[in-house]
Amino acid sequence: MNNSGIRHDSSGTRLQLIKAGLKRRYAKEKIFKTLGITAIVIALMMLTVLFITITKNGYGAFQQTFIRLKITFDASVIDPERTGDADVLSQADYGGLVKKTLRDMFPEVKKRREKRDLYSIVSSGAAFQLRKMVMDDPGLIGTTQTVWVPADDDIDMLIKGHIKAGEEGTGRIKANEAAWVNTLIENRAIEKRFNFAFFTGGDSREPELAGIWGAAVGSLYVMFVTLILSFPLGVATAVYLEEFAPKNIWTDIIEVNINNLAAVPSIVFGLLGLAVFLNFFGLPRSAPIVGGLVLTLMTLPTIIIASRVSLQSVPLSIREGALGVGASKMQSVMHHVLPLALPGMLTGTIIGMARALGETAPLLMIGMVAFIVDIPAGIFDKATVLPVQIYLWADSPERAFVEKTSAAIIVLLAFLLIMNAIAVVLRRKFEQRW
Amino acid sequence: MQLMDNLIMKRDEIIKPVGNPFLNEERVKISCRNVNVYYEENHAIKNVSVDIAEKEVTAFIGPSGCGKSTFLRCINRMNDTIRTCRIEGEIRLDGENIYDKNVDPVLLRARIGMVFQKPNPFPKSIYQNVAYGPRIHGLARNKAELDEIVITSLEKAGLFKEVKDNLDHPGTSLSGGQQQRLCIARAISVQPELILMDEPCSALDPIATAKIEELMDELRQNYTIIIVTHSMQQAARVSQRTAFFHLGNLIEVGDTNEIFVNPEHKLTQDYITGRYG
Repeated sequence: MNNSGIRHDSSGTRLQLIKAGLKRRYAKEKIFKTLGITAIVIALMMLTVLFITITKNGYGAFQQTFIRLKITFDASVIDPERTGDADVLSQADYGGLVKKTLRDMFPEVKKRREKRDLYSIVSSGAAFQLRKMVMDDPGLIGTTQTVWVPADDDIDMLIKGHIKAGEEGTGRIKANEAAWVNTLIENRAIEKRFNFAFFTGGDSREPELAGIWGAAVGSLYVMFVTLILSFPLGVATAVYLEEFAPKNIWTDIIEVNINNLAAVPSIVFGLLGLAVFLNFFGLPRSAPIVGGLVLTLMTLPTIIIASRVSLQSVPLSIREGALGVGASKMQSVMHHVLPLALPGMLTGTIIGMARALGETAPLLMIGMVAFIVDIPAGIFDKATVLPVQIYLWADSPERAFVEKTSAAIIVLLAFLLIMNAIAVVLRRKFEQRW
Repeated sequence: MQLMDNLIMKRDEIIKPVGNPFLNEERVKISCRNVNVYYEENHAIKNVSVDIAEKEVTAFIGPSGCGKSTFLRCINRMNDTIRTCRIEGEIRLDGENIYDKNVDPVLLRARIGMVFQKPNPFPKSIYQNVAYGPRIHGLARNKAELDEIVITSLEKAGLFKEVKDNLDHPGTSLSGGQQQRLCIARAISVQPELILMDEPCSALDPIATAKIEELMDELRQNYTIIIVTHSMQQAARVSQRTAFFHLGNLIEVGDTNEIFVNPEHKLTQDYITGRYG
């Protein structure tokens, strides 16, 4: 005990006391660390499970079953009078061409009902596809081409193994349909290919034709409107409140209300948008401009609060340095304070935008939940957005929409990841040390 | 303990200073009359009247919290930015009261430069740090003139030789002493008449301190300088006149030689002999 190094404490009790206490202190630290690691592991596990389920359910939608048809573009069907007129070409009976090809492939099918079953294995989109081919190149008329057309969604599900062929008269797939599919498989006339339509098409009642591009473009427009309105407004508000506004009861009330607004449920903003932008100002229903306005209202408090915090974190010495050489208040803010606060403001903006991107409820109120097939061409066109599209598909009864839903979620998450990546890059770019 | 008892005085006591606060009119750059500063209820500066001589270094000394920095910041109206701060009395720069309604604090601060306790270069290049003042005031008509102002300012601040090849490096990458000289260059770039220095060496090592003191000696050929300092030795080395503050009161003011050799007031004696502070 005497070699403990503390001479004046020959008994060593003081050291023992500290040692005893140390054990307890380290034990506490260990418990805290373990709890922290457990929390992180659980969170990561949940995240992994989420990603795995979504990917498992959704990756199938990136592929689509196609059927090979040898189509004869019969001039007597498409353009019997050889006019070459676009109107005639566009109104020709392309469905008839598809049906004739199917009949030729399975000549044993004679009965009316059987024929109807046969026609149903090919998507109704096949006729549109043929029309587009002919419209693009009228020279095809009179030739015979091998064309891959999308299979019906039930056949797609059968090929992907999500549903089974039932007995005669039961289930989604009839026995005769299953037999034709088997024949097609034997002839290598049916295969899964990359589903371009999913990334380029708008919504559709037919799952095999439904695409995410319409909703993605809608989301882009809404985000665009939200960003160009909420970022400058939010930053300007924050700068004014933080740097210029007098401290009195009015600014206190404004501050409290901004904080309250940040906590208002988003559907309330939807009601506000419905009442103000649609009913009072008469802006178009279902349009990205209104969606963007509503989400701006929702995002503003987040941006203002984040911007004020990052303004507060700019050291006083920088402001005084600028004032000291005779900069005006405005100059000291614009030249020195704002550039230093910008990275924090950007972070706040991206957090707000990410929340706005995933927002569904307020957009339902302003009609962005409508079934819209066309890709919106501008902020005044009718449109829907990614989360609403997910909601719509999740609500659809067809089995094929299950995987579309998950695939749309993957696309939404990819959007979010890209936005966050941009935020990180921007922050790196603007970050300055002081 | 007995000593401390002698020194404790009432917080709100107002003391009439000893020494010679007032100067011949020709020598006066700044004259302060009955200056009172309040932070809400706290009476921070108590009825201070003093003259500051032109092209001299005046040192404000005193223990922490005595109000010397507050008083310094009144001279370029830096206290305007503090909401709770209220100032009474007159401070005349060349005979004009700087607290007059028609005096623009921005113009005033272009005439009175300031160097702060902690070096605070802007997070921009060395060149931009010095060029900022002339640029916002429109002092240079073209790039060549601006270059010249930057180089002269850096030369006057004794920094040019060290940084001439790295003018595009960030000002924050310099050492503490270099940063402070950069701040001095920034202050003199707008050619002020007066430079206020608020404990400019308190964050610096002795070598950097010596350089800045040397620099102050050169600068006083052209500029009036007021320095707030905690270091008796520094005040003795660099200043021609010294004012001693205590609890918001100006206790004693006079020629530095006089004050340090022969202080009149008991408080001054105790402070400069190091028995109190």
